[in-house]
Amino acid sequence: MSFESSSAKQVKPAPPTDVHIVWITAGLGCDGDSVSITAAEQPSIEDVLLGAIPGLPKVHLHNPVLAYEVGDEFMQFYYDAESGKLGPFVLVVEGSIPNEQIKKEGYWAAVGTDPKSGQPITTCEWIDRLAPKSVATIAIGTCATYGGIHAMAGNPTGAMGLADYLGWKWKSAGGLPVVNVPGCPVQPDNFMETVLYLLYQVAGMAPIIPLDEQLRPTWLFGKTVHEGCDRAGYYEQGDFALEYGSPKCLVKLGCWGPVVNCNVTKRGWMRGIGGCPNVGGICIGCTMPGFPDKFMPFMDEPPGGRISTAASGAYGSIIRALRAITNSTVNKEPKWRHPGKELTTGYQVERH
Amino acid sequence: MATSVLPQTGKATSPSAPKRDLVEMNWDPITRIVGSLGIFTKIDFANREVAECYSTSSIFRGYSIFMKGKDPRDAHFITSRICGICGDNHATCAVYAQNMAFGCRPPALGEWMINLGEAAEYMFDHCLYQDNLVGVDFCENMVKETNPGVWQKAQNTSAPNADKHGFKTIADIMTSLNPFTGDFYRETLQMSRLTREMFCLMEGRHVHPSTLYPGGIGTAATIQVFTDFAVRLSKYAEFMKRVLPLHDDLFDFFYEALPGYEKVGQRRILLGCWGSFNDPEYCDYTYKNMGDWGRKMFVTPGVVVDGKLVTNDLVDININMRILLGSSFYDSWANAETFVKKDPLGNAIHRDHPWNQTTIPRPQKRDFAGNYTWVMSPRWLDQRTGDHLALDTGGGPIARLWSTALSGLVETEYLKATGNSVKIRLPKTSLKPEVEFEWKVPQWSNAIERDRARTYFQAYACAAAYHFLDEAIKELYAGRTKTWSEFTVPDEAIGCGFHEAVRGVLSHHVVIRDGKIANYHPYPPTPWNANPRDIYGTPGPYEDAIQNTPIFEENGPDKFKGIDIMRAVRSFDPCLPCGVHMYNGETKMLETRHMPMFGAQGSK
Repeated sequence: MSFESSSAKQVKPAPPTDVHIVWITAGLGCDGDSVSITAAEQPSIEDVLLGAIPGLPKVHLHNPVLAYEVGDEFMQFYYDAESGKLGPFVLVVEGSIPNEQIKKEGYWAAVGTDPKSGQPITTCEWIDRLAPKSVATIAIGTCATYGGIHAMAGNPTGAMGLADYLGWKWKSAGGLPVVNVPGCPVQPDNFMETVLYLLYQVAGMAPIIPLDEQLRPTWLFGKTVHEGCDRAGYYEQGDFALEYGSPKCLVKLGCWGPVVNCNVTKRGWMRGIGGCPNVGGICIGCTMPGFPDKFMPFMDEPPGGRISTAASGAYGSIIRALRAITNSTVNKEPKWRHPGKELTTGYQVERH
Repeated sequence: MATSVLPQTGKATSPSAPKRDLVEMNWDPITRIVGSLGIFTKIDFANREVAECYSTSSIFRGYSIFMKGKDPRDAHFITSRICGICGDNHATCAVYAQNMAFGCRPPALGEWMINLGEAAEYMFDHCLYQDNLVGVDFCENMVKETNPGVWQKAQNTSAPNADKHGFKTIADIMTSLNPFTGDFYRETLQMSRLTREMFCLMEGRHVHPSTLYPGGIGTAATIQVFTDFAVRLSKYAEFMKRVLPLHDDLFDFFYEALPGYEKVGQRRILLGCWGSFNDPEYCDYTYKNMGDWGRKMFVTPGVVVDGKLVTNDLVDININMRILLGSSFYDSWANAETFVKKDPLGNAIHRDHPWNQTTIPRPQKRDFAGNYTWVMSPRWLDQRTGDHLALDTGGGPIARLWSTALSGLVETEYLKATGNSVKIRLPKTSLKPEVEFEWKVPQWSNAIERDRARTYFQAYACAAAYHFLDEAIKELYAGRTKTWSEFTVPDEAIGCGFHEAVRGVLSHHVVIRDGKIANYHPYPPTPWNANPRDIYGTPGPYEDAIQNTPIFEENGPDKFKGIDIMRAVRSFDPCLPCGVHMYNGETKMLETRHMPMFGAQGSK
């Protein structure tokens, strides 16, 4: 599956005027990531397509959920991408990659029909045809990045992530490994911002995208849910929710925020609104390679949480008590703010 | 199908049937829907109609398999991932089933907040689907390509409701629907975001919510959360006061411009609705009382056959569900365990009922004379006739409004079901006065009426949300701020949840043993709509609706876009991740002359 990168050492070519985004939604998924990106506003999909952002090449999107074209007219973009006729393209893969080798015949996931055999063309075959020719290949959502829900223990399809399938050291024609933007579904702006970054990179305006070991953009996944959580103050004070619906820290009710790489608590879901624990939802680790199995059963307190919550419970309750005293003090106005004929602010008329 | 893609001119396959010139036209994938759907047809261009249709789905994931042995409390988190546009409907339905199985009842405030989240989902999803996906089939670019004559006429037809929506002619509406460049297209995209913000206020994130739990909802009920919801709701209401008359104009125009258009996507009136929005005053989640509290839902459940209400009793609806194998890639579970022999009321539960289904996938070659899809065939047994009815959901709204209208039970300050119509009142908003709309039971179950009902249901969900907001705030002001009730997971239990996903009926059936999931079968709308021919040879609703659809497109076979077929399919709001696999091959045209008996009509 390895692909020899050739472009890395070449002289910098002129940036392309047009870039295509070829999108395969036919992994084992739910199309939730495609739907998610229609919610993005930073940037929005229309910002990118209508040329609202200076410096970007003209962008053409070929996504089955939004496409004007149907059937063969739509599939032609895949064929043209394969033959090189389309021009430079970014490949986006959505949904987990099934293992088509574990059965005798048929298919777990497919899109389009082979004109010769009349049988469906498997998603894996499309990935084999298109990924090596892409400028960059992005896995969108936790299914495509790491396998996700459909790769849960006991699954019949042998599902896995795109980098598991192509190889973690695999490189695109543009010299990049798979770029992973996890999330179930992906946070809308996280994905569109990654696309924007890659387009800037293609246009020669940005350095190579910084990725961590799990191939995630570092600026999006470098912090934990807890580090951005608006309920983290409760944790610090050892003040934990014991039933759902409470505004306090949810760790004892199953929230995995302290150990999960995700920025949803900082960024919110859209326009800063929403964001799991901020609202009252436990973090179930949906951005993580270990999702879902390592976080189940979701509604139990994470095993590692007991020690840390016990510790914060001990010192946190003291801090909380002391803060309550100070809080009560700062909740009172200074005594010189009053009506009447007397001025008690301490002001003295200067006499010369 | 294996041979059909090769040009075979003038080959008759059966000497007995009368000869018809049929051209195979396939569309794989159908775009502007959610999921992978293929539609495979044979078209009689001489007589301008679709002779045959097969629908196929190309994805299998296996939820019912990998959920076995898992903690029953995880069911809603997992099943949300079935669908990427209405995942929250699954999560909500799973919570309903959990509540029944665990014997718990959320506080009223929790229930109202879940209703608010679900109302926001309907408002969002229909909005995005209607004008960013379906709308493209009615946009200037498309109409010019497929029916230049209609475009000509649209330019000369003034819009009757121009004063309400601001577009002078029907052509202006069409231009505004052009993808991305059309103003109304972009405005709709923005409204789909505003409504998703409303959703996120209640359920934390979209489309897989984070705040739903068995027992209620985890969202902290503050004054602020309702204020934030209310200001957005008002903007949506104002938007609907323009959008609904706009769609009436557009859809009425098609009847006028293309006489006979009512036949596109038409099928017998066979509609199912499983009800939506529980009323916490009545809903105790017991199976025993399910018929009663089901009738108190703010969208009334019902089965409508030939325009008549057959039942609105959820118990009746439940016990008559049957899952038939038909032409799908699964093995029979005849030898598997029967989990539930009787329901808690003593009614017998059939082996083919979702409680007793065992999913045994068998990947195989696609064969239109045999098995051709990953979708099974759900049917509803009509006890009066013994027929296994291929009910459809009509994409959701038409069935919901029809069922609600006929039952005549829903009445709030903003909604009233009259027995043959539904009245929807939207209160005053910034620039528009109070408006009352009335959806009247239509003559047909067809593509245009399915699409029209969608816009009315957007208004319905909006009006329903006003009521839920009033009720939620009453609870809050009264100091009843709990949103969640404690429960314990029993060792042995069964449960079922009935709900309306955005595009139609949704049920979840769970069997718990030793405190773990022993069996779990969700039945979303798409299996109901997109299924293949069943063991009796009855085609699924997409197939049925497309077969005999007349062709109004002006293009001949060489430039054929299949727009009338696309409008018929998309009127059902297909959502394949939920389990439909329609086979729509490719747009590649095959100069094949076949007999009408393509494949086996009664396959298997």
